[in-house]
Amino acid sequence: MDYIFDALIEAIEMIIAFDKELVSVVSNSLKLSITSTIIASLIGIPFGIFIGRNKFWGRHFINSVLNTLLSLPTVVVGIFVYSLISRRGVLGEYDLLFSFWGIVFGQVLLILPITTALTRNTVYELEDRMIKTAISIGANRWQCFILILSEIRYGIIGAIVTAFGRVIGEVGIAMMLGGNIKGVTRTITTAMALETHKGRFSFGMALGLILLFLSFLLNFIIYYLQIGEKNNGQQKRNNT
Amino acid sequence: MNLKMKKISLVLIVAIMFFSVLTFSQQIKAEDRLVLATTTSTENSGLLAELLPPFEDKYDVRVDVVSVGTGQAINLGENGDADIILVHARDAEDEFVKEGYGVNRRDVMYNDFVILGPENDPAGIKGLDKAAKAFEKIASSESEFVSRGDNSGTHMKELSIWNEAGVKERDSWYLEVGQGMGASLNIANEQNAYILADRGTFLAYQGDIDLNVLVEGDEVLFNPYGIIPVNPEIHPHVNYQMAMSLVGYITSHQGQSIINNFKVTGEQLFHPSAIEVDKIK
Repeated sequence: MDYIFDALIEAIEMIIAFDKELVSVVSNSLKLSITSTIIASLIGIPFGIFIGRNKFWGRHFINSVLNTLLSLPTVVVGIFVYSLISRRGVLGEYDLLFSFWGIVFGQVLLILPITTALTRNTVYELEDRMIKTAISIGANRWQCFILILSEIRYGIIGAIVTAFGRVIGEVGIAMMLGGNIKGVTRTITTAMALETHKGRFSFGMALGLILLFLSFLLNFIIYYLQIGEKNNGQQKRNNT
Repeated sequence: MNLKMKKISLVLIVAIMFFSVLTFSQQIKAEDRLVLATTTSTENSGLLAELLPPFEDKYDVRVDVVSVGTGQAINLGENGDADIILVHARDAEDEFVKEGYGVNRRDVMYNDFVILGPENDPAGIKGLDKAAKAFEKIASSESEFVSRGDNSGTHMKELSIWNEAGVKERDSWYLEVGQGMGASLNIANEQNAYILADRGTFLAYQGDIDLNVLVEGDEVLFNPYGIIPVNPEIHPHVNYQMAMSLVGYITSHQGQSIINNFKVTGEQLFHPSAIEVDKIK
């Protein structure tokens, strides 16, 4: 039992001392997750609004596909993208395998359904009346879009935070497409997998603590947003 | 409304700025890059962390080490996903060169495999001088045995020993874990099982596990490592110049001497074989 406590103490010491390896791994993870989340949000949010607002042919099919992809296993994305970006794959010439952008590619595919579907869900809850009013007083398409964006901002931030939480904690894609290269594509999760194999529990433990803290932070933000939304809703009701 | 629009566009601008800075910083770092696919044994033991930095400084290149099993490393070479491979499975290496995927193979170093097992040695193999005989006894006593099961150099060696021992049926006592050497050692340790391991990784893990060396010294347990650049005629995009520089460096006096002096807890893990040990300067 003792070794767990020893490792835990060493882990905390590492975090406090800003251990160089630890910092590199954590900053890699953050850079990757932030990049993937931004790309997935820039594509997913407008797409989600489009699906949520418009009644077009085939939308039930798209919705079913989206819902299925919400729980996409990371290794499935990993092997699929691997086959694409390997030198023998269609995108082989871009030199993506075992690189930063290779992982981003996979992670964006993983969370694109999340940003899209969660945005769509909040659009569904949006009151149609408001948009109609806006149009009736002469709002153009772009203004409508901005109006929707600002009305569902809590939902959107929720979607972004959820997507971020999914990528920062995933290990399959980072391992398969990144190759766990020290200082380049080694992330919190792949380093943890490796360090456990190497028997360096304290390092893995330190990373685990950081990951735990990050996910606490994320959940706190989501919780805070939900409260904000509730209050916001109440205010609106009070106003009418 | 106007204020909101401003806010939103501000957020967007910040996001895009951040994103482009990120892209830019990635591009700055894109110096010369060499992808080395190698086995878990060289990476897990810590050898490459000693061996590669002087090379990276000298040639201003970043060596990206992808550590997998020998089988997968060779596969990465065949697909052109690695520039050079450092592996240990002589037959598979020769095949790789023969099929034209690799050129200019060089011997780098060697160590040996050992058969490890629990203190009480239920199969009674301690001190045997033939690995095949030991495997036979493990099979007939149905003692638990952990296999890498990942098509690595160690796994290939293990299969050839089973073959030599004439053991074809391996059932519930035989655990194929499909993981790297270090992970497999930990599993064997937890399960009190026998395992075939390379001495380098075993020495590196010795302090953390209770398994003992039971069989060693058999000729079939010899474990040579070779380095092979990927053939630029098949994969024109590979960094062949830098790959050959790495071959030159690793087989040079400097590289060989680093390998020779690399010790974990006072024990030498690998023996250089490109230059005779007593002639290394």
